[in-house]
Amino acid sequence: MVWETVIGLEVHVQLDTKSKLFSGSSTTFGAEPNTQAGIYDLAMPGTLPVFNEAVLRMAVKFGLAIDAEIGRRSVFDRKNYFYPDLPKGYQVTQLAFPTVGKGSLQITLEDGSEKVIGITRAHIEEDAGKSLHEDFQGLTGIDLNRAGTALLEIVSEPELRNAKEAVAYLKKLHAIILYLGISDGNMAQGSMRCDANVSVRQLGAKEFGTRTEIKNINSFRFVERAINHEVQRQIEIIEDGGRIIQETRLYDADKDETRSMRSKEVANDYRYFPEPDLLPVVIDEAYIEAVRAELPELPNAKRARFVNQYGLSEYDAGVLASSRVMGNFYEEVVKICGDAKLSANWVTVDLQGLLNKSDLDISQSPVSAARLGALIGRIKDQTISSKIAKTVFEAMLGNEQSVDEIIESQGLKQVTDSGAIEKLVDEVIAANPEQVAQYRAGKEKVFAFFIGQAMKVSKGKANPDQLNALLLQKLKG
Amino acid sequence: MALEKSDVEKIAHLARLHIDATEAQEVANRISSILDLIDQMQSVETRNVAPLAHPFDAVQRLRPDVVTEKNEREYLQKIAPSVQKGLYLVPKVIE
Repeated sequence: MVWETVIGLEVHVQLDTKSKLFSGSSTTFGAEPNTQAGIYDLAMPGTLPVFNEAVLRMAVKFGLAIDAEIGRRSVFDRKNYFYPDLPKGYQVTQLAFPTVGKGSLQITLEDGSEKVIGITRAHIEEDAGKSLHEDFQGLTGIDLNRAGTALLEIVSEPELRNAKEAVAYLKKLHAIILYLGISDGNMAQGSMRCDANVSVRQLGAKEFGTRTEIKNINSFRFVERAINHEVQRQIEIIEDGGRIIQETRLYDADKDETRSMRSKEVANDYRYFPEPDLLPVVIDEAYIEAVRAELPELPNAKRARFVNQYGLSEYDAGVLASSRVMGNFYEEVVKICGDAKLSANWVTVDLQGLLNKSDLDISQSPVSAARLGALIGRIKDQTISSKIAKTVFEAMLGNEQSVDEIIESQGLKQVTDSGAIEKLVDEVIAANPEQVAQYRAGKEKVFAFFIGQAMKVSKGKANPDQLNALLLQKLKG
Repeated sequence: MALEKSDVEKIAHLARLHIDATEAQEVANRISSILDLIDQMQSVETRNVAPLAHPFDAVQRLRPDVVTEKNEREYLQKIAPSVQKGLYLVPKVIE
């Protein structure tokens, strides 16, 4: 039987505000427990929420970036449940009238093709506190610093068809959020958290299968693994004649498995009702246009510009535009060295390879754009060959010297003196009479042998173009 | 629309309200009469009336994104039944 996977993602993004959604408490990460939990966050009687304007602006900004309908009138609701990390006994969220309505996101698949994924909605809501279960003599410790921090929950349509698409979607969302500067997007610290709704059905079936919701996925890699694992689990159950139970499952990265969470309440019985402590939020056109004016160039627009302005391939442009920092880094390199294509190769291949190897982000690059630009500049003006440049690049890592200093001190400068190259060519020809005879007898493949020999003798420093020309001339006799 | 005693018990559980068995039937009757009133309201034609989210005819005021609260942990934790290392302690909850 052929199975089709259906995935929808719910992504919670912690908005990068100084104060909380409805109170003036600080949101700094990593503060001492409960030092950022004031009277409203603790649900003290008589305290009232006041809506943070920055949250509204960020939500609208996101909405505009995904071409969504902006809710001209959004309404907050109470979602009621009891848990100690939620002092009020309800979470303030938006149910029927979210700030961001239907939009879409374009993702790039592995084969380079594009797919548009619908976004159902994005609503503003409060985060909960944290529960710590260790070391308290059988009790649970509650830290409410995070309680009341602003979240944007972004809900996709069930239009993702495999784990790789889900990852591509999540990465694109991540890139847009960083481009917009509305969150630090740090998954390890929980600034971006992903729940996945997963179901399987026979290929061609109209109805969706029963879905499960996987919670607690906190890295791109785990999203792929958790979904693949869950899909496999569901297929096995159905093929063995079983049925999928609609439930919430937790992904355990250490064991690479999902397991059922004890369902504590009747599912989805949150008794929503409009939050009486907050009035409807009304947004006018002027506000929306003011926010639109703040929008930066977004990934797709940047990619298109890179293709047009620098003549890059769609692929290279896509890689370079995948993050704002990466795009800026690349453009700085180009500005310094003046060669867009060479810069693209160095940033996407050599530098990216180095970053991947050391598990670093471009923002933590051990080689600055200025130094990389200087290095490429020396390839362009033929001071060094591309091959030697890789040696210089390696040397730059453990070394604060300038590119020119490294080239100078290690004697890596390319030999462009035609007299010196001619001497070199003569030497190589004299030392290999047998190959010379072969070449002259028509075996032209031997030419590569001479290039190799000459490069070896010059330690890679001979200018390849000059060497080629001279060798050709001399061999022809 | 009539509410069963079991409905009342379920809602009371969700809201963490204690209603004993003798009270439950009485509460069911009272809520049912409210629902009867709502049934009556349902019959009114409201197709052209915008839903009302709040009885006040006003819109939400916004505040600038500024930290105005100070750390008052020591003061606030004085009334907590149990505190350790700055954390509020509660009976164990585990998923």
